[in-house]
Amino acid sequence: MTPRNCRTLGLLCLFIGAALFLGAASSSPWAKIPAKDHARTSPLTSRPDSVSAGALIYKENCEQCHRADAMGDGHKKPALRTERIKSATDGDLEWFIRQGDLGHGMPSWSRLPEAQRWQLVAYLRSIQ
Amino acid sequence: MVRSSCFSGLNPGRLSLALFVLTLIPALPISSLQAQEKPYFVTYSHDLEEPGNLEIETKTALGRPADSHHYGALASELEYGVTGWWTSELYLDGQTTGQESTLFTGFRLENRFRPLMREHWINPVLYVEYENITGADKNMLEVVGHDGQGDLAELNADTRQEHEHEAELKLILSSNLKAWNISENFIAEKDLGHEPWEFGYAFGASRPLRTLGSGKPCIFCLEKFTAGAEMYGGLGDVASLTLADTSHYIAPIIGWQLPKGRLSFSTGFGLNRNSLDRVYRIGWASELPQISTWFRHNGGAR
Repeated sequence: MTPRNCRTLGLLCLFIGAALFLGAASSSPWAKIPAKDHARTSPLTSRPDSVSAGALIYKENCEQCHRADAMGDGHKKPALRTERIKSATDGDLEWFIRQGDLGHGMPSWSRLPEAQRWQLVAYLRSIQ
Repeated sequence: MVRSSCFSGLNPGRLSLALFVLTLIPALPISSLQAQEKPYFVTYSHDLEEPGNLEIETKTALGRPADSHHYGALASELEYGVTGWWTSELYLDGQTTGQESTLFTGFRLENRFRPLMREHWINPVLYVEYENITGADKNMLEVVGHDGQGDLAELNADTRQEHEHEAELKLILSSNLKAWNISENFIAEKDLGHEPWEFGYAFGASRPLRTLGSGKPCIFCLEKFTAGAEMYGGLGDVASLTLADTSHYIAPIIGWQLPKGRLSFSTGFGLNRNSLDRVYRIGWASELPQISTWFRHNGGAR
């Protein structure tokens, strides 16, 4: 292997190593919800169809991990009918769905439009 | 030169095999794809595969270099979510060129990492790829250096002899703002043999046609469609970091989320003489959810 190839390979290893190190350094996001997000309320509370729309979004995006009854798998995929969720504000839930918890396997759902995240919040509220 | 029809010169046996394989895809235990996946063909956003899910995707590029034959190139992609911040992919590439031949052109292994665990205005993703392909590859999954339509016009018999071992790095920056996704990719590619670093870029923007869920299972609802555009091209190499002799494209894109997958389509328009006039792209993606649970004795969801 030529010195130039060694440099390229070294650069690749450094790149991967940095990513793995930064990726592993994570902590629980629940404790870090900003006050501004905590205080937010759903703009869709007056819409009666939010729960049914949220149910469909849940079915398409969340059910595969959290199960149809939202009780999770009792292992890495947590239940969503819990005291923690019941006591969370709408803003907390929307923030958590948007942020995810990448270090613990929950993807960020910022890819969903904000309106759909609020519909999902309405559904989560309805099943508590 | 006599212009050939798009599929003249294709081997009917291979075409039948490809069609047969495609017909098998709907028979797999595929779930509905996650909502709002971006329909980009070249640009990457910061969306990663959900942990434990396997996405099967095909990307087809159809084009015709000036004074050469039509070609169709197929990239088949297996994308697995290793963790919430790490996605790994395998690409298998092939192409068929009218009045020439059909070739397997190699494979690519890629990994994408999200270094920041939180969602920000701009979200960086680090991308590392190893390519083992021949010079006959025509998928144009990225355009770098001085890539141009001249490369795509060379005969398969010649280009299949060129073996390329390449490393590719990308810095992906991506934002989800007000239902829009805006993504910028900066590309550096290095032939591990003897070529200099080559550079390229890809930018994309897309948005669902409706942001509020309708609440009804439907196929033609506006929220099932995502529209946007992407632009990509080369930026020369270390020796000549310039736009001269580079190719650039702008491509409107549309994605349609169906119950068993996502269909995407784009028409890329070449922006200079070094580019193809047009390149048509068709993509199909399906997802196998939580495949890791299939192999567990306990706790499997199936």
